[in-house]
Amino acid sequence: MAVTAVSGAEIRRPVPRLRRLEDERWLAMALLFPTALLLGLFIAYPFIEGVLLSVTNQRVGIPGEFVGLDNFVKIWNDSIFRTTVWNTFWYTAVTTVFKLALGLWLAMLLNRHFKGKALVRAFILLPFIIPTVLSTFAWKWMFDPTFSVINWTLFQLGLITARINWLGDPDLAMTSIIVVNIWRGVPFFAISLLAGLQTISPELNEAAAIDGARPWNRFWYVTWPLLLPVTMVVMLFSVIQTFADFQLVYVMTGGGPANATHLFATYAYQLGIGTGLLSEGAAISLAMFPFLLIIVVVQLLYIRRVETR
Amino acid sequence: MIEGALWRKWVFYNIPLILFVFVLLFPFYWMIITTFRPDGELYRPWNAANYMPFWTNHPTIEHIQYLFEETNFGRWMFNTMFIAMVSTLISLFCGVLAGYALARLNFPYAGSLGTVIFVTYLVPQTLLFIPLAQIIRNFELGDTPWSLILTYPTFLIPFCTWLMMGYFKAIPKELEECARIDGASRWKAMVYIIIPVAVPGILSSGIIAFTLSWNEFIYALVFLSSPDQKTVPVGVTSELIRGDVFFWGPLMAGALLGSIPVAIVYSFFVEHYVSGLTGSVKG
Repeated sequence: MAVTAVSGAEIRRPVPRLRRLEDERWLAMALLFPTALLLGLFIAYPFIEGVLLSVTNQRVGIPGEFVGLDNFVKIWNDSIFRTTVWNTFWYTAVTTVFKLALGLWLAMLLNRHFKGKALVRAFILLPFIIPTVLSTFAWKWMFDPTFSVINWTLFQLGLITARINWLGDPDLAMTSIIVVNIWRGVPFFAISLLAGLQTISPELNEAAAIDGARPWNRFWYVTWPLLLPVTMVVMLFSVIQTFADFQLVYVMTGGGPANATHLFATYAYQLGIGTGLLSEGAAISLAMFPFLLIIVVVQLLYIRRVETR
Repeated sequence: MIEGALWRKWVFYNIPLILFVFVLLFPFYWMIITTFRPDGELYRPWNAANYMPFWTNHPTIEHIQYLFEETNFGRWMFNTMFIAMVSTLISLFCGVLAGYALARLNFPYAGSLGTVIFVTYLVPQTLLFIPLAQIIRNFELGDTPWSLILTYPTFLIPFCTWLMMGYFKAIPKELEECARIDGASRWKAMVYIIIPVAVPGILSSGIIAFTLSWNEFIYALVFLSSPDQKTVPVGVTSELIRGDVFFWGPLMAGALLGSIPVAIVYSFFVEHYVSGLTGSVKG
């Protein structure tokens, strides 16, 4: 209390501008100002606008009026929206499991000395670096029913006899999208988990081996618990990105066939921008918010627990 | 490492690794081969007898020519480059200052402000694009590069700030105290002593921010409308697909050429990129 009173008196005294930056609080404020301005203007403000928009019936060119929760009721009764919710959860769950498993496997393969390791590591990150839209077009072309190299390969291997219409069938289309997402995400998991693996001292594994632990037990009781903090953070990042994904579905199927592969973001785009139902689109986007909030809170709690341990 | 017989090394390490690398890189090979394949070979069904998936006997640059002569591809490349560079610079400026304040200064609510930055880091672009599109229109920024230059920092600044906080925290306090004892002001100690030490961190965040803004899609798709203003991902999507017709040759050429600047930047700074990426998940 006394401290604040003293500092209050100090502030009132006229101080030259640069001298004022000697005070940590003033300096901190000055340094944080540009960030606060941009984030306030383009995150906080649109968020409030989005909430306000979602309780009106505004369309492109028509300045709507207040309708309460009508939009949310409307989308809740919309069968396409229900499919969308299911798709998003399915997409997020399946891709995360595969990205984690394959990423961990790849990280273990890379966690040893071999010739050209740096080169291999640099190359496998490419799917993650190259703009998603551009690499997804390559996949879409590979999945093209008439010219598909994947069909050709499967046919040559004797696995299929007729063509497979990858993006024309709802289930196959979703599977194709999942494959591409896994392809794009595995490098990120692998490189992050590899960094985690490299912090684990090899002596721990060797000690366990001398005590007679089998490889599987060494992994489960030594490596995995030590890797868990990094794994949790990587997974939660990936879950948020996947849950809110747009680019991949937009390019691969555009939500089709017959609205069967929409995610929250693509359906919000189709209604809000495509059809011009701004407030319904905003409501669909905002419907993601509770789920994202839960994920973020879990992540914050987890980080806090690790830090206080 | 416990080494076994040679065959075990192949079965358990080398073959799986080769398969991983093959699958991860194949789409890029497909992009390249399609770019140089003439239309006559390109549109040959997969079950045709003369389907040649992995090689072409008549390489051509007609698709690349099409891209530069029939579309605004050069312009899109310039737009993307300009937007990515300016928004990266803005984000680095804000992120370095904010990271320094949050990591090294004592002030009320420092901890909760750090949490707020972390939370904004996790806000996906797809949550806010509809209201943001209206705000951009109200500010009369629609269809200009500034609509993206000013909005990309919303996801780049939190990232840069968070990464820089990690780097600043690792610099010993004594370094700054020495400068202060020698008479440097707080501001000067920051600009001349601490920030130069953190250059590797600035480079890492800059490179990742650059690749992230090159990759951004939904804001560019919603905020830009005239063909002249578009970025590469949006231009390729909207101008090389007419209705149901995909111009696969030029599309793949565009995807290939549009990836090259990112790939070049990445190849020069692989180590910085990887250290930034792994630094960002350390928590």
